[in-house]
Amino acid sequence: MKHILMAAGALAFSLTPLYAQNFDDPQEFAKQRDQLQAEPMGPEGQPWLQYIGGDMVDTAALGLEAPATVCFSNAGVNNPWRVVGYTNMVEELKNHASIADFIHVDAEGSDDKQIADIDDLLAGGDCDVMIVSPNTTAALTPAVERACEAMPVIVFDRGVNTDCPVSFIHPVGGYGFGIQGAEFITSKLDEGANVLMLRILPGVDVLETRYSAGRRILEEAGMNIVGAEFTDGDNAKTKSIVEDYLMRGSIDAVWMDAGATAVAAIEAFEDSGYDIPVFVGEDQQDFLRKWQDEGLTAIAPTYPTYQWRTAVIAAARVIEGEPLPGPEWVLPQPAIVQENLDDYVNPAMPPLHYAMCGCEEMADYPQAWGGN
Amino acid sequence: MSDSATAPKRRLPQINPVWVLLTVLVVAIIFMNPRFIEPTGYMNFLKRAAPLAILAAGQVYVITSGGFDLSVGSLITLVVVGSSMLTNNDPTATYWVIPLMLAMGLGVGAVNGLVVCFLRVPSLIATLGMMITLNGLAFLWSGGAPRGYLPDTFRFFGRELIRDVPLVRFIPVSVIVLVVVVGLLAWLMHRTNLGRQVHAIGDNPVAARLAGVAVNRVRITAFMLSGLSAAIAGILLGGFAGVSTDVGSGYELQAITAAVLGGAQLLGGRGSVPAALGGALALTAIFTLLNFLGLPQPVRQVVQGLILIAAVAFAMHRRRQTGT
Repeated sequence: MKHILMAAGALAFSLTPLYAQNFDDPQEFAKQRDQLQAEPMGPEGQPWLQYIGGDMVDTAALGLEAPATVCFSNAGVNNPWRVVGYTNMVEELKNHASIADFIHVDAEGSDDKQIADIDDLLAGGDCDVMIVSPNTTAALTPAVERACEAMPVIVFDRGVNTDCPVSFIHPVGGYGFGIQGAEFITSKLDEGANVLMLRILPGVDVLETRYSAGRRILEEAGMNIVGAEFTDGDNAKTKSIVEDYLMRGSIDAVWMDAGATAVAAIEAFEDSGYDIPVFVGEDQQDFLRKWQDEGLTAIAPTYPTYQWRTAVIAAARVIEGEPLPGPEWVLPQPAIVQENLDDYVNPAMPPLHYAMCGCEEMADYPQAWGGN
Repeated sequence: MSDSATAPKRRLPQINPVWVLLTVLVVAIIFMNPRFIEPTGYMNFLKRAAPLAILAAGQVYVITSGGFDLSVGSLITLVVVGSSMLTNNDPTATYWVIPLMLAMGLGVGAVNGLVVCFLRVPSLIATLGMMITLNGLAFLWSGGAPRGYLPDTFRFFGRELIRDVPLVRFIPVSVIVLVVVVGLLAWLMHRTNLGRQVHAIGDNPVAARLAGVAVNRVRITAFMLSGLSAAIAGILLGGFAGVSTDVGSGYELQAITAAVLGGAQLLGGRGSVPAALGGALALTAIFTLLNFLGLPQPVRQVVQGLILIAAVAFAMHRRRQTGT
């Protein structure tokens, strides 16, 4: 028994660093809240080309000549969001004559593999520009620094702890996502309403920040948070958790840190015979369709997949010697709301297609994204 | 045990410890949440446990025959992904897609069995290879993201309730499926010659062969039943919660755990379908109880792991004592 306790203690201790990182930074929270309100620069109606904050970097001095080879070290294509994003990227490449070759290496969600991938790309000597979508921030920083010494680097989605890349492309961020959903709930419900928070898993920075921002706003508004549960992104588990909560009391709103299991959560209300409460989902088609069909009171914050297009556009500008927003290229991060819902619902697209893809005008839409 | 003639008087009745465990867990759940004794409470619980229980009932055939089937989790995924691709939102397609999926389950099981019997690959490796292959197939088929919805006719089995039933108010369809499938598998295991042969080849394959058992045929049948149970579990899970591309992940180990909780002996020779059902219910009860306790996730995982080890240790201890 003593050994079991010791083992459990050691395990618990080893898990504590998870909470040591600061995912609840009031400054970053305030900054992203402002960015959500900011008027982006760049062409209207093409958010993948827009940017918040006016800093530009000059790339003429980098001395590249078109056409050139772009290498892409990808953290993985291991979830539907990344599948949509990677399709955006492949389609965007067709618009750029200055990119002669595109080499894609998939790290399959492993830090070690991605570090090796980057080193292999560098050793291969074929790359002129490198795009990196890091698997995790800290682990990939040294590899990205090595790449920076050899060639211009574009980083997007998750960041790295170095400012050596030409630009770091990302939407407003996790706090922004959390803010949009929670502010919608507080605008629809009175103080003391019961809110259930559903999360995918702990310890991922972009998800932790969504949660901390959402929780901060709900608490400030005096909402009663009945629980914050991890679903592992699993439909069956999500539905079970919501059913269990419904057995214990009423729920007035559901806040989710990602929308992949939103429809399963909605079905738990339907199958238990309850009205569907205020819902925060995401921009997946299945949720948007459900919202439209059932006339929900809902919002869909997005983490737009069009940033995968932006990464290719940035690489092309580096090759062409054109200036681009940097060292941070902050993309707008719109939410889908009742007023523009009809613009995004498309029954021809697969259920987990992310509607905020900025891809509707592209040549091979919708077939390349699995639509008919 | 030399004192077995006098001792039983002082001992607890010889019931399988998994039922003791299940009772304790259910009492704890009721204590945490008194509404569990209402039909919504226990019917939801049974509905949720149904896929795992069916899977464990199939798995117990393979374990009793002396093997493992690790491919069932990815087979579930393939069934859900494949069904969504094939039905393609057409409600009438359900009637041929479901038989096709059941056939696929049998087919995968047959391949597992053939590889184990004739290529002499240990079942752990053979079904691990099958698991990786099926995961890859599911990924290839779907392109990494679900491409369709399951029509309501398909989801009927996992999602719908039969209402206005006397006494219990409603019965989920999946609970009826559970009773029928586990009932049949229990009958086959404990009342037919096949069940005795499965036990025999797991206990001592050489002796079984010498006694005239067609060892290969029985072993392949065991894998086919496991594959079939995975296909049924997949149909229920897809019905319960809809399409996702990792719906079955982790289920293979849960099924093996449920069977072992129910007293099945790894490496063969002993196993019971009703007790595997008890193991699956106990496992689901552990998850439900931890949900109700509201512990933080890391603590929950620690507790879950420790309860599992303790439960199996308790089961083994009781079994030694009682000789069951």
